Amino acid sequence: MTKLIVDGSEIDVPPEYTLLQACEAAGAEIPRFCFHERLSIAGNCRMCLVELKGSPKPVASCAWGVRDCRPGPKGEPPEVNTRTPLVKKAREGVMEFLLINHPLDCPICDQGGECDLQDQAMAYGVDASRFAENKRAVEDKYIGALVKTSMNRCIQCTRCVRFATEVAGVPELGAIGRGEDMEITTYLESAMVSELQGNVVDLCPVGALTSKPYAFAARPWELGKTETIDVMDALGCAIRVDTRGREVMRILPRVNEAVNEEWISDKTRHVVDGLRTQRLDRPYVRENGKLRAASWPEAFSAIAAKVRATTPARLGAIAGDLAGVEEMFALKQLMSALGSANFDARPEHSAIAPDWGRGAYVFNATIAGIETSDALLVVGANPRREAAVLNARIRKRWRAGQYPIGLIGERAALTYDYEYLGAGPETLADVAAGRHRFAQTLSQARYPLILVGEGALTRDDGAAIAALAAGTAMACGAVKDGWNGYSVLHAAAARVGALEIGFVPVAGALATGAMMAGANLDVIFLLGADEVDIAPGVFVVYIGTHGDRGAYRADVILPGAAYTEKSAIFVNTEGRVQMTARAAFPPGDAREDWAIMRALSEVLGCKLAYDSLAMLRAALFKAHPRLRDIDGLLGGTAADVAAMAARGGKCEKTALRSGVDDFYLTNAIARASAVMAECSVIAENALPMTAAE
Amino acid sequence: MLADKDRIFRNLYGLHDWGIAGARRRGSWDATAAILAKGRDAIINEIKASGLRGRGGAGFPSGLKWSFMPKQSDGRPQYLVVNADESEPGTCKDREIMRHDPHLLVEGCLIAGFAMGAQVGYIYVRGEFIREREHLEAAVEEAYAQRLLGTNTVHGYDFDLHVHHGAGAYICGEETALLESLEGKKGQPRLKPPFPANVGLYGCPTTVNNVETIAVVPDIMRRGAAWFSSLGRPNNTGTKLYCISGHVENPCTVEEVMGVPLRELIDRHAGGVRGGWNNLLAVIPGGSSMPLVPAAQCETLPMDFDGCLSVKSSLGTAAVIVMDKSTDIIRAMARISYFYKHESCGQCTPCREGMGWMWRVLTRMAEGRAQRREIDMLFEVTRQIEGHTICAFGDGAAWPVQGLLRHFRGEIERRIDEYTARAQSRPVSEAAE
Repeated sequence: MTKLIVDGSEIDVPPEYTLLQACEAAGAEIPRFCFHERLSIAGNCRMCLVELKGSPKPVASCAWGVRDCRPGPKGEPPEVNTRTPLVKKAREGVMEFLLINHPLDCPICDQGGECDLQDQAMAYGVDASRFAENKRAVEDKYIGALVKTSMNRCIQCTRCVRFATEVAGVPELGAIGRGEDMEITTYLESAMVSELQGNVVDLCPVGALTSKPYAFAARPWELGKTETIDVMDALGCAIRVDTRGREVMRILPRVNEAVNEEWISDKTRHVVDGLRTQRLDRPYVRENGKLRAASWPEAFSAIAAKVRATTPARLGAIAGDLAGVEEMFALKQLMSALGSANFDARPEHSAIAPDWGRGAYVFNATIAGIETSDALLVVGANPRREAAVLNARIRKRWRAGQYPIGLIGERAALTYDYEYLGAGPETLADVAAGRHRFAQTLSQARYPLILVGEGALTRDDGAAIAALAAGTAMACGAVKDGWNGYSVLHAAAARVGALEIGFVPVAGALATGAMMAGANLDVIFLLGADEVDIAPGVFVVYIGTHGDRGAYRADVILPGAAYTEKSAIFVNTEGRVQMTARAAFPPGDAREDWAIMRALSEVLGCKLAYDSLAMLRAALFKAHPRLRDIDGLLGGTAADVAAMAARGGKCEKTALRSGVDDFYLTNAIARASAVMAECSVIAENALPMTAAE
Repeated sequence: MLADKDRIFRNLYGLHDWGIAGARRRGSWDATAAILAKGRDAIINEIKASGLRGRGGAGFPSGLKWSFMPKQSDGRPQYLVVNADESEPGTCKDREIMRHDPHLLVEGCLIAGFAMGAQVGYIYVRGEFIREREHLEAAVEEAYAQRLLGTNTVHGYDFDLHVHHGAGAYICGEETALLESLEGKKGQPRLKPPFPANVGLYGCPTTVNNVETIAVVPDIMRRGAAWFSSLGRPNNTGTKLYCISGHVENPCTVEEVMGVPLRELIDRHAGGVRGGWNNLLAVIPGGSSMPLVPAAQCETLPMDFDGCLSVKSSLGTAAVIVMDKSTDIIRAMARISYFYKHESCGQCTPCREGMGWMWRVLTRMAEGRAQRREIDMLFEVTRQIEGHTICAFGDGAAWPVQGLLRHFRGEIERRIDEYTARAQSRPVSEAAE
């Protein structure tokens, strides 16, 4: 710890602090534009100047380390002043310079109300302009479908450039020109090829980069703000949903160091228009091959007729990727009450089963743990497509250096360098047996991380591959006291929660594939399951939010609530229990999914024993007490990994594939979004990326 | 007046052979091994004792600068980088060294590199210098051929020297921007600390020196610190290349003793001010980034670091720009401002935004199309730039404007008044927009 005097009061700070951090620790407020905690230090806006005793000039506090300060002549601690006339004058000067070429278009600027420049001009600026010349005009640039540019407003802080090169790992964004002609651009005005590009909008301290889909849609002060979590991938990123009336206007990231730091992917952010379009807002019943709008009682009685006409063994249920734990629990209880054990929440061919033990199917190392790890083996995953934010974490660790990465599966541009080991399970077997060079790399590492993609486990030999991967983890010492490096990366938000409550068939019951085949079933309930293809002849009850694949096939549609419209528990790939909050109401006659189950159960004559969400949760927590620990980790054990490794099994020779082909179109909400469709097309036509940096 | 025997740059005008044979005749590469044999500390102490101050403009004591380099390497290589990106308007001394006496520099690099423990040196040559680079590269090749450089050298110290060609940006003469450019990045100054002596080229300890600083080192080592420090005044020792340009009869670059009176410099070497001394309006003593000195203060001005400081200017690169009374001093400064606006790298706010502002206001003032109150405002703008930027570019661009406002305020006011008076005498035309 180093002693420092800030504005007359003494403070003890770690020596690696910068002056800016030290001043903030002392309670002084330091204005800044270019400085950002998660980006490299640029020191170019000069707004954070402070007076350092002994230095002839004011110093940029963001770039000046505490250990760079020299003690006074008699050994007294360095003295920093943030409130002297010199500092005030310096800030006013910098602010004036920033404003002389900044357009006075705040009334039509989307950043208005949440603009750093606006706020700091109020606090540190002067009231009048002395600048009598013409303001600079800069041409707007095209940098993709998500980020709208208004380059007149740019103050050249280069946060966006630093984010793109450092965090996102795409080098396209940069500054061309010199002096006052410096411009931020992608040079050839091509779209940024990044799944994280929306974050530059948050980073931009002014209105130069704003959200294109959200352009001129709303003002920040008229929005209701709901803190919730995201379900677009299995990470459960912390988000804030901004609503006006009943409409979701935009989605912004929240800080959650354990999961997403403060980034979210473009799918998470820009799926908003998907929440409005293609919505199922009333029940439908198929009559003479055509769906017609119906009332709830009509829809229920149509279902009841079909259910009564068949035997429990010929009833089935499949839960989709976005289903919350509560509704799956209710559906499971309903199915059990009806006497059927045919329910599954996994995609076809998935081998993952609860009896593996949690340690064998969650991301044991935790997302934050990636930064601890010192070697990485990726098995059958494309982290960039399956969990873009997690990929940024891997890149962050890779940039810190000394991080060998090996990949078994599909070659892909992952924004970091990796050693391509091979395509199929044979290579994994070689690594597991120590025959492969990379096995040494893993063994030498203190905290090796084995990242297994869901795609690798979603095949008939999935269990054998899991055993092989677990075996690799055991062999290289990835599972030991204080570290469990065997980590499964799921692709869907509902998956781990479903495994936790056992929404999978017990022995003898039908799994997803068997239910899809059709011959075994008469009636099937699809809880937002769109990625399944039910054979003709089965009566399909679709409970969901969007007119997507499942709804096209449905015989009865029961409109449900999307993740922004209900409070539901989701368990992320780490086994972290998180709860969404309701930001808006479901459209029209749509209802929250658990309530649909409850109402349906009454019609089917096996009434579920809860009348409110609270009662449902009480029942859920009674059955699965660990889910009570919101934001906590369920936690997998090392024993599970060891047991998994011992299972063995025979692998086929087919190459491992990622479970996600198109990042932008993974679920019904994203498929309903025009913005996601445009991004998908742009990404498809983009040139393949070359080296990561 | 510098005696011929005390000259260091004996082929300044290219009258003799610039190659290694000619250089050897002039004394270069003579017993270099003996100089190196004195050891690192002895060389640094000798340079310290000579009082040599950096010739690139800031005048930092060179021996002291070299002593900042780590004595014991922590495993990282150490580098000597020679700043030959001579871009300051009015300055043309380094190019004379490089094209007419390149071996002075090459030998200096070896000695300086040895003194600071560098195994590799880079010479960053300004983009526009073509012939200079050719001569320098040829000289380096000659030195390699004669095993004066490279591995297994005649004097037993392995040292590699590379000549690198810049692309002609003024800011790449700033030492950290130069390092960035040398690394292949955009030439933008780095934040300091850390200083290059700690974290420089490729993150390794680096010392950046001006061409002239390095080129005088062999002579100091041969003739001794006492000889060098006997020239000039205390704290301003040795000889210096002065570049005299502008309104003189005979613009030239000349080696003179430090502290030579400005008037003697102009009268004896440059043939005097055009139209006589009384026709002198002002002089910029140290290249375009220094404040001008009005004629009244030029009479007795000794041309060295402390002398120039006493008239609130600076010796800089000793590029004397002479302006006679035919000069439109406001336009001249507006032109200098335009240069700095053009060359600002755009990284930090005060410089990026302030340069254009200063230039535009000065351009108007040159026409008289301004308000009197804008004079004070302009001065405040220069103060807002000065000292608030990452590198010294902001200072160097603000100072000439400050010099103008300090000494020629009356001229600006007169011009504004004239313009205003003219404007009133004519009917006001309808606004175009």
